[in-house]
Amino acid sequence: MWMLDGTLAVSLVLIASRALAADDLFEAVALFVAFGLLMTLAWVRLDAVDVALAEAGIGAGFTGALFLAGVARLQRQARVRRPGREVHR
Amino acid sequence: MSRAPSRAVLWLLLLTLGGGLGWAVLSLPPVAQGLGEQVRQHLQVSGVESPVTAVLLNFRGYDTLLEIAVLALATVAIWSVATMPRRRRGLAGPVLVFFVQVLVPFMVLLAGYLLWSGSHAEGGAFQAGVVLAAAALLVILAGAPLPAGAGGWPLRVGLMLGLLVFLGVGVLVTTTGRNFLELPPAWAGGLILMIEAAAAISIGASLALAFRGGRPRNARAGS
Repeated sequence: MWMLDGTLAVSLVLIASRALAADDLFEAVALFVAFGLLMTLAWVRLDAVDVALAEAGIGAGFTGALFLAGVARLQRQARVRRPGREVHR
Repeated sequence: MSRAPSRAVLWLLLLTLGGGLGWAVLSLPPVAQGLGEQVRQHLQVSGVESPVTAVLLNFRGYDTLLEIAVLALATVAIWSVATMPRRRRGLAGPVLVFFVQVLVPFMVLLAGYLLWSGSHAEGGAFQAGVVLAAAALLVILAGAPLPAGAGGWPLRVGLMLGLLVFLGVGVLVTTTGRNFLELPPAWAGGLILMIEAAAAISIGASLALAFRGGRPRNARAGS
């Protein structure tokens, strides 16, 4: 099992750093959701199923949806202010 | 002199933080003492069989009360800075609408199950509330508007229900000579289920409304 745990730990750090460094907001949100799902697995491996359920629901699912709505709203506002320019960050 | 801190300073900060964290983790005792044993010993007076629910709703109920208050305050904050943007149609195809019609009743059932299972296994108010919020999100995405009149008091009462019930139970037990939020063992199971049911509704409502990003347009107090 240490291989699974090691892979989880390494990919968590990698995905977190990619999400922070992503230029594109949509890409950052997608990476954030992936991070949340892997974090859920990590909580399951730590025998904290309650926290895993909350992480999957609130961390990955709900916060991801909230971020997507926020990105959509930002893009709408950017289009209203500067028509004709695709603003994506 | 540059305005941004130089890379060397950043690296120094990172290494200090990382080293400190590593040292803290390495200096932890290999087998944590924790409070698990104490919780297990007092589980029979908590009214539930799940140690997590016992801690969240009984032994440390004050923390959970404050968490629910934070969620309610967050909704108040969102409502005070923005109104709901008008939804544009286009997303709600027949497939999505049918899917939502089939799925939402099962999601409400699942939320009820998670609520119930919190007394003896994994689950509880927050998980149930998230499932309720997800069901509400699906309904919103399918293009269903808020029922006329529901944007006023019904919605506000639903949002604050968890906080009101939790506070009410906490204050009511003080009339029997107990401390604030100290649940009597004989009643604890039922009271916890009642608090959790109310909290799940409020959590679901506040999460779904956070997704809508503002107060309803037709919501005037008293309307």
